[in-house]
Amino acid sequence: MELCSFLTLDTFITDPLTHDFMRKALLMSSLVAAVCGFLSSYLTLKGWALMGDAVSHSVMPGVVVAYALGLPFSLGAFIFGVGSVALIGFIKQKSRVKEDTVIGLVFTGFFALGIVLVSKIKSNIDLHSILFGSPLGISLSDVKQTIFISLLVVILLSIFRKDLMLYCFDPRHAKTVGINVFFLHYLLLTCLSLAAVVGLQSVGIILVVAMLITPGATAYLLTDKFDNMTVISVLSAIISSLIGIYVSFWFDLETGGSIVLAQTFLFLFAFLFAPRYGILKKLFAGYK
Amino acid sequence: METINYQNFRIEAENICVDYNGKVALYDANLRLKPGQICGLVGMNGAGKTTFFNALTGFVNISKGKIRINGESLRSAQKDQTIAYVPQSEGIDSQFPISVWDVVMMGRYGSMNIFRSPRESDVQAVKDAIERVDLTDHTSTPIGNLSGGQRKRTFLARAIAQRASILLLDEPFSGVDIRTEKLISELFIQFKNEGKTILLSTHDMIHVREFCDLVLLINKTVVAYGETSEVFTPENITTTFGGISPDFLFGPES
Repeated sequence: MELCSFLTLDTFITDPLTHDFMRKALLMSSLVAAVCGFLSSYLTLKGWALMGDAVSHSVMPGVVVAYALGLPFSLGAFIFGVGSVALIGFIKQKSRVKEDTVIGLVFTGFFALGIVLVSKIKSNIDLHSILFGSPLGISLSDVKQTIFISLLVVILLSIFRKDLMLYCFDPRHAKTVGINVFFLHYLLLTCLSLAAVVGLQSVGIILVVAMLITPGATAYLLTDKFDNMTVISVLSAIISSLIGIYVSFWFDLETGGSIVLAQTFLFLFAFLFAPRYGILKKLFAGYK
Repeated sequence: METINYQNFRIEAENICVDYNGKVALYDANLRLKPGQICGLVGMNGAGKTTFFNALTGFVNISKGKIRINGESLRSAQKDQTIAYVPQSEGIDSQFPISVWDVVMMGRYGSMNIFRSPRESDVQAVKDAIERVDLTDHTSTPIGNLSGGQRKRTFLARAIAQRASILLLDEPFSGVDIRTEKLISELFIQFKNEGKTILLSTHDMIHVREFCDLVLLINKTVVAYGETSEVFTPENITTTFGGISPDFLFGPES
């Protein structure tokens, strides 16, 4: 009873804003969510969920090495992210092993390397914050890096928005009319690596793939227009981040997990109630 | 309007080979087509039809041989929007969230600026193309809500909007309704009169006899190539389909 009278909606929202770390966490997580949500439309349509999982796990050793050498961790993450994809492509081409197997074994290999490195390199790396994210403890240099990378990805995606859509939809046509498909492929991979890097600060390496696919999947159930899909995806990602952080603040829950759970709930909501593609709509259509 | 020299070759493919990681998909294939010619590409599944298309669009690299389009390299043909590819229905994601208008506009991308912002002329080209395939009422319909025939016409409109002089069509008649079939046939006649060159793959032998001036029978390489009346014989067809008689495949000839 006491909690109820104390916790009105107003204080629920405004109280956390009095803390500096909460304001920073809310702003940074919204930015990161927007970037990942933007990219998410492309990844879900291209069918790159597994690729997103692979890249986000593979950045682990890069983060550790960069920390140990005192380099920006985004640089190390980026190199290993793109490197993992190159390695996947190479092994696939040179062996008879199927693609999903290659993806699985490469990214777990990289991830394991990262964990081993953390245990060997005695430094102030906090394994927990890499694995599960630490949006509440983000440092000032991390803030600068995150803003820089986020802007870079948003600018790249905005410039090549339509080309990337065409690349996801019909790469053969793109090639036929002289559009550089090779460039677009690596552009999308680069954006994926960069988004994974900023995303892992919010929710950690293990869950970052959710940031890269769930908002897109939710949006896909709600619209038949690509531009709307991008907008809905970005919005649902931001809303999930805000919900996740507030809920974790008030109920003392793991923040990264809360953000991803909020995304999952939004997806389930769309799955049930989407006007055209929701299962309830389909059920009722069946009774008519 | 460009002037068409009907003596020059539009497509010249000379001894082209394609292999995927050492596995040969097509070898020593030759093809020469002039403006206004319609050529049928006939072969079994896995005989290299799609590979042939992929080579001509530059989607896969040839390991040997030469391809010239209008006497120039494939690269400059791509830059000039010379070739349009109309995919097989199975080749595209029909649930992709875009409308008929968006797909047809993609035919203009190659000649737009980097942001792909449509000019007045692009908008007009797209409108005209959609009208030619009789989809004006479905302009803003998502492609997922179209019938198979309507979707096929959407991709045909994209090729029209592109103003390509060479059309490559993968199974243009498979899974379409009678109305679409009739419309496509009429368009083929118009394209021919406009001097466009058409290469189409098909399973339907009647269509080959009906539209194709030339026929290219392939089974990993060219089995026979020439005027339909001369080349499209039961013997050649049997060879193409690995010894199975055409009667068995398509019913007895009337």
